[in-house]
Amino acid sequence: MEAVQTLTWSDAWYLSPEITLSLFAVALACLDLFLPKRWNRNFIGWLTVLGLAVAAAFVVWLLIDMKNAGTEDPTAGFHNLLGGSYRIDDFGGLLKLVFLGASGFIVLASLGSVRSKDVPIKGEFYYLMLPAALGAMVMSSSGDLITLYVGLELLSITTYVLVGARKNSGISGEAAFKYLVTGGAASAFILYGMSFLYGITGTTNIFMIGNALGDAVESYRALIYVAFFLMTAGFAMKLALAPFHAWAADVYQGAPTPVTSFLAVVSKGAAFAMLYRIFMNSAYFVQDPAVQKDLYLGLSVLSAAAMIVGTAGALRQRNVKRLLALSGVANAGILIIPLTLHLTPVHTSLFSEFVYYLIAYAFMNIGAFAVLTVVARGSGDETLSGFAGLYHRAPWTAAGMTVLLCSLAGLPVTGGFLGKLFILFGTVQTHIYWLAAILLATTVVSYAVYFSFIRQMYMRSGTLEGGLRIPFPAGLSIWICVAATLALGFLPKPVLGWIDGLFSIQYDFWAQ
Amino acid sequence: MIEDIPVLSLILLSPLVGLLIVLLLPGQRSNWLRTAAVVFTLIPLALSLWLFASFQPGAGGAAYAEHYTWLSIPLNKEMVNGGSMNLNFDYSLSVDGISLPLLLLTAIVSTMAALASVHIRKRWKLFYVLFLLLETGMYGVFLARDLIEFFIFFELTLIPMFFLIGIWGYYGREKAATRFLVYNGLGSAAMLLAFLILIATAGFTAVQQDTGFQIDFSGSYDVLLKNLADPASYANNASAEMADLGLYLSDSLKWTAFVLLLVAFGVKIPIFPFHTWMLRVHTEAPPSIVMIHSGVLLKMGVYGLIRFGAFLLPAQLESWSTAIAILGVINILYGAVLACVQKEFKLVLAYSSISHMGIVLLGIASLNEAGLEGALYQSVSHGLISALLFLIVGSLYERTNTTQLDELGGLAKSVPFLSGILLTAGLASLGLPGLSGFVGEFLSFLGLFGSMKWITAIGVFGILFAAVYVLRSVLNITYGPLKEPFAGIKDARFIEAVPMVALTALIVLLGVYPSVLTDVMQHGFGGLLEQISQRTGG
Repeated sequence: MEAVQTLTWSDAWYLSPEITLSLFAVALACLDLFLPKRWNRNFIGWLTVLGLAVAAAFVVWLLIDMKNAGTEDPTAGFHNLLGGSYRIDDFGGLLKLVFLGASGFIVLASLGSVRSKDVPIKGEFYYLMLPAALGAMVMSSSGDLITLYVGLELLSITTYVLVGARKNSGISGEAAFKYLVTGGAASAFILYGMSFLYGITGTTNIFMIGNALGDAVESYRALIYVAFFLMTAGFAMKLALAPFHAWAADVYQGAPTPVTSFLAVVSKGAAFAMLYRIFMNSAYFVQDPAVQKDLYLGLSVLSAAAMIVGTAGALRQRNVKRLLALSGVANAGILIIPLTLHLTPVHTSLFSEFVYYLIAYAFMNIGAFAVLTVVARGSGDETLSGFAGLYHRAPWTAAGMTVLLCSLAGLPVTGGFLGKLFILFGTVQTHIYWLAAILLATTVVSYAVYFSFIRQMYMRSGTLEGGLRIPFPAGLSIWICVAATLALGFLPKPVLGWIDGLFSIQYDFWAQ
Repeated sequence: MIEDIPVLSLILLSPLVGLLIVLLLPGQRSNWLRTAAVVFTLIPLALSLWLFASFQPGAGGAAYAEHYTWLSIPLNKEMVNGGSMNLNFDYSLSVDGISLPLLLLTAIVSTMAALASVHIRKRWKLFYVLFLLLETGMYGVFLARDLIEFFIFFELTLIPMFFLIGIWGYYGREKAATRFLVYNGLGSAAMLLAFLILIATAGFTAVQQDTGFQIDFSGSYDVLLKNLADPASYANNASAEMADLGLYLSDSLKWTAFVLLLVAFGVKIPIFPFHTWMLRVHTEAPPSIVMIHSGVLLKMGVYGLIRFGAFLLPAQLESWSTAIAILGVINILYGAVLACVQKEFKLVLAYSSISHMGIVLLGIASLNEAGLEGALYQSVSHGLISALLFLIVGSLYERTNTTQLDELGGLAKSVPFLSGILLTAGLASLGLPGLSGFVGEFLSFLGLFGSMKWITAIGVFGILFAAVYVLRSVLNITYGPLKEPFAGIKDARFIEAVPMVALTALIVLLGVYPSVLTDVMQHGFGGLLEQISQRTGG
């Protein structure tokens, strides 16, 4: 066992995004505490956006910096800190950008559109997004099971609080409680699974686990199954993959809408980051093909179940947040597909497929939730009928929502379409046709789900008269999401080329 | 010179320009909006006519082809040492003898439907925006030469149609729109899977570069056609070790792809039993949209089956030809028999469309020049005839508020012009020689008779039924005692009469002078027929 490596000043540079977020979180918390009560807390929201933006700028700087360094020495493309327990690489960097960007748009969308009688303590509501995003970043950057777990708990505990932010609402409290209990159970499953992994391999370092597992499979076959079964179940609960999704609809409904969208995008994305990192470094190196096949098959089955259950459940849902929760279940099923595909000489693009769809998913979900926030703010109705006649009240918002819905339904030409197409091409390349067929079939059924919004918006007349008031920051984030969704559909090359230029399985998943 | 102008892009994009202009016009001025929409359907019509006039059948459409790489997705940099591996999708447009007649049909029917949209009574702006978007989608389908590009345009027709049926349709419009969306969505899903299977195998090319192999998976139709037609090409000639890479297009994969394509386009055509959605669209959608639906959208299925089924996988089509012919006969007889007993005129026309599309299937199943030309000719002719019939239906419904056969009668006395056009359209539909319907049916049956005499003989019965149902319903509407409420109704206005006369004139022209189209078509099928005759040792 090597001596514990302490943090040096040069390492602090690599941690600049994380440090920025912590500093902003602490400073804003103090500010909120000492400022007089009568001051409007909206500026804390703006400062939260600023903090996220500064952190994102540091991430971009680091990505570029390490990429330039990587041209001479490939191992400089990543950097291990604290004895390998924290790892700065392109995998983490790209996902951090997604998390920070998503959090920023979510806070932006909630500025001015979250009502005080709904969320009484606004300052807290805004600045708690910072530690939540920090938790997600730690999860995507860990090189060690312990660090990973710390990040997971940081994210989880903060979101437990955020879910309960509607302090006057009974269902918000209920949602927070349910989320706490299921989240706790999920953490327990993951920890228990990790403990078996540690028992088998004698290390908590993710990169050494892979090496150790290669030899351990002969003697510990059953325990490997147990470890992965427990961990997969725990992750599936965090990701709301069927059949571990039952909490999602209740929690999404109870939480304030911006928090719902944070759960749907950032929490889910962070859990995926963890899952990809662990599986690519452990299950992938299990030397026994039969065992390995079983572990991946487990993921495929979860994916198929999530797509089917999520889509079928959403068909009958009238409450928009519950509907989007179930749509999130189906989308989680899609996002996990690239991980289940085998690496073959013609197919190694799993990470691009995953990240591209995650980005598209983030934009379309944040946009849809932002539209829901402004619509529900006007009508006080979070069911589908709240959208009735939206076209007559706010034609441009209805048009924007139509784009987002087309993207969710996977219709061209949107980010959602190309993302699905890319994942589908991966399944066809690796000959996993049954998964491709399920993906296509559930996509078609989901048309009926998403077009029920369109029916309400364009074909029904609502009870409300007059225009819809949209606060400027919310309108801005809606239109950025719509524009990005279209741009990802028409001109995906910059994003895809950029991902491809940075990421490499060799250096970002495997190299130590 | 025409070669220097990107005429195909102009045809494709001019409705989009119109869309922007319609968006800028004030929403209450229905006349302005309609005029703008009609003008911007006339521009592609004029361009298509110009294209048709300057098209040299022997040269194919090479002179007009446009080709740009739309996107090139980098795949896999781990395993390719020094080389590169990309997934390429193109913006690639071209016409040939098969797509040109359908392109022209689209332009004509769209213009006529834009004129016929005078019946639309609400939310004009959104209507014309969606109408022009739909038109772009249709042009794209017939012009696209990249599989994914084709798919995108195919889907692009879906979204506006959903709105057009769901907002401006009759009583059951929302159900009809959802059913339309889900059925066609399933068809598109099958198509996408088939396309991706083809791209991942036959779309493969590898070029030796200085730095290593440049490997591409391409959605380009030309690349696929070349790779599939040439048995020595890289992916098809692959041996067992290549199978590990997943590049080998095995026979079972070819079968899968073909069956998926048959289902995909079978939903659109529609082939029995995938036809139920289409009946609803015919009865529930507004007449000007049914003109487009029945006139053009169903033909996208025919075009797809010929373009991708016949040209890319001719061997599979050949061994399925008997099955397709039987499906065609089922379509013909099922549609014709049910058309005879309908009480609603729009349903008579819907079932008659099913019957007529069955004849198209027979033509495709024959796999010879006469049959294939017949199938295409029948598509164009049926497009014109059904557009004309629904144009009349729209005008009649505006006056009578009903299309139930037992409520109508004796209209020849009050609206002689409409009745006369209706009778002409009916006669064209039942295949009267001298009108366009006859040529397509004759060629299709002729083509199939050589190889499948019995099936052809049974199919011909459909024509007898056609005479029964057309005359039964048309005579019921026009003759007999004039029903009281309809005594004072007025005959067609000028704006209604123009498209009717134009369509009737085209139907007569195609009936008496078929070589206008057949000359163009002939060369389109040249390559395919050569390929088939080589395979059968001819």
